[in-house]
Amino acid sequence: MTASLFDVASPASHASPATVAALPLICTNCGTRFDPEPSAICLDCLGPLVPEYDASRTLPDRETIARRRPSLWRYHEWLPFDGIPTLSPDSGFTPLVEAPALARRLGVARLWIKNDSVSHPTLSFKDRVVSTAINAARAFGLDVVGCASTGNLANAVAAHAARAGLDAWIFIPHDLEPAKVFGTSVYAPNLVRVRGTYDDVNRLCAQVADSFGWGLVNVNLRAYYGEGSKTMAFEIIEQLGWKAPTAVVAPMAGGALVTKLHRGFRDFSDAGLFDGPLPRLHGAQAEGCAPIVRLVERGGGRIEPEIPSTIARSLAIGNPADGLTAARAITETNGWGAAVSDAELVAGIRLLAETTGIFAETAGGVTTAAAVRLARTGHLRADDEVVLCITGNGLKTLDAVADALPPAPVIAPKLSAVAALVESAAA
Amino acid sequence: MSLTVSLPSILARLADGNRALAASGDTVGDAVADVTRRFPSLAPRLVDEHGEPYPFVTYYLNDEDIRFSGGFGAAVRDGDELTIVSAVAGG
Repeated sequence: MTASLFDVASPASHASPATVAALPLICTNCGTRFDPEPSAICLDCLGPLVPEYDASRTLPDRETIARRRPSLWRYHEWLPFDGIPTLSPDSGFTPLVEAPALARRLGVARLWIKNDSVSHPTLSFKDRVVSTAINAARAFGLDVVGCASTGNLANAVAAHAARAGLDAWIFIPHDLEPAKVFGTSVYAPNLVRVRGTYDDVNRLCAQVADSFGWGLVNVNLRAYYGEGSKTMAFEIIEQLGWKAPTAVVAPMAGGALVTKLHRGFRDFSDAGLFDGPLPRLHGAQAEGCAPIVRLVERGGGRIEPEIPSTIARSLAIGNPADGLTAARAITETNGWGAAVSDAELVAGIRLLAETTGIFAETAGGVTTAAAVRLARTGHLRADDEVVLCITGNGLKTLDAVADALPPAPVIAPKLSAVAALVESAAA
Repeated sequence: MSLTVSLPSILARLADGNRALAASGDTVGDAVADVTRRFPSLAPRLVDEHGEPYPFVTYYLNDEDIRFSGGFGAAVRDGDELTIVSAVAGG
C-alpha cells in the first residue's frame, strides 16, 4: 500500500509527559482506605470509592484562582492528584451566559446557561470527567483506556486518548445517533457497537475492566473520573462573581453530575470561597427513563431500574449507579426532580435556541423543559437566580429536531422573490 | 436446579480464587445462599443486613437485571448463569 500524505508515526511514539500521583481512595459505604489504584470498588463491602483529599492541604484564595489559566485545572487543589497533571490541559472553563429572555419565560429573577455545549474538544461536559480519568490512567501506567458510553463519553474518551497517544476501546449501544458514532470513530479508537441498551453495555464493561486490565474511565477509573464534574460547580461560583445561584437545574443519566455538583458546591463553601446557602439542586430526566426523579418523588433508599424508552439517548440509563446519591443531593438541598416527554424535550431544545442562541442536544432539551415544568409547579420561584447546566451540543442529535422544524423556502435568485417572502412574513 | 455464579475478581479471592462457582437452588436467593454457605466471607459482600442486594451491586440472571424478574425470588433453571457486577458510572 502506498503511503499517503497523512501517514504519520503512531501517536504512542510521542514523548510521554511527566506524571503526577493520583490520590488515595476511601470507601463511601464503610470508610475503608486504599492506596491509589485503578479500582472503584471497596474490597471489603463493594461500596463505591472516592478520592481522599488531605484536609490540611493549602487551598488557594479567589485572587490566586482568578490569575490561573482558564481551564478546569485552575481548581487542581480539589482534583484527585498530587500536583497539576499534564494530559488534557485545555478542557473546562466554558461560558456562563446570562439569558434574560428565558428568565422572563420561566418567571424567575435571573437565569444563566452553563454552556458545556461548547466544551473543548468534544462539545460536551464529558471532557471534564475524561480529563481527570485519563490523567489517572497515566498515573497508573495504563496504556489502554476505554468506556461504556451513550455517545458523549465515547467522543471524549476517543479524542482525549488520541491526543495522549493512548489506545482506546469504546463500547456503545449498537443504535446510537450517527453523529455520536462518527464523532467517535474519527479519532480511530477501537469502537465496538453492542447489541442492547446502555445498561447492557455497562454490565459488559464491568466484566471487561475486570478481565483485561484496561482503564475504563467510568468503571475502574470511576473514582477519579467523577471528580471532573465538580469543576462545573466551581466555575459557576467563580463566574457569578464568587456567589452561588439559588437554584441549579441539571440533567441526570447515571446521577454522577448532580452528585458531584453538590460535592463541588460544598467544597467551595467549606473553603470560604462563597457565602450563603448551597443552591437547590433540581434534576431533569426524560419520562421514558426517570428512575432518579421517581425516587425523589416517592422517597426511600432504592432505585427501581427502568428499561429506557426516550430519544434522549444520553440520559437513557435505566440503572443509574449514582442515582441514590443524586436523589440525596436533591433532597438535602431542598431541590426537586422533573421528568418531561420527548415532545417536551424537543420543545425545550427550540425554546433554549430561540431565547439564548444556544443549540443543545436532547439532554439540554430535557433540562430546559424540566426548568419550565419546575417553574410552573412552583419549584422555581420569582426571586430565584437559576443556572441551567447544558451539557451537550445540538449538532450531535440533529435527528431529534429535524421533523419539528419548518422547512426553509426555496426561491429563485430574484429580489422580487425575497420581497414576496418579506411581505408574507409580515402578514 | 444447577447454575453458574460468576464473581468479579474482587470477590473471587474470597472464593478460593474461583471466578465461576457452581451453585444450586430454585431461586436466585437460594443460589446466593448456597454460595455464601460454602464461602461465608462472601456473605456480607453479597447481601445487606436485611438479606437483600446492595444498591451498588447488580445481579444479572442470563444477562437480565434480576430487579426486573423478582429480585432474589426470581426462579432459576438448570444451566442458568448468574453474574454479579458492581455499579458503573454514567456515560
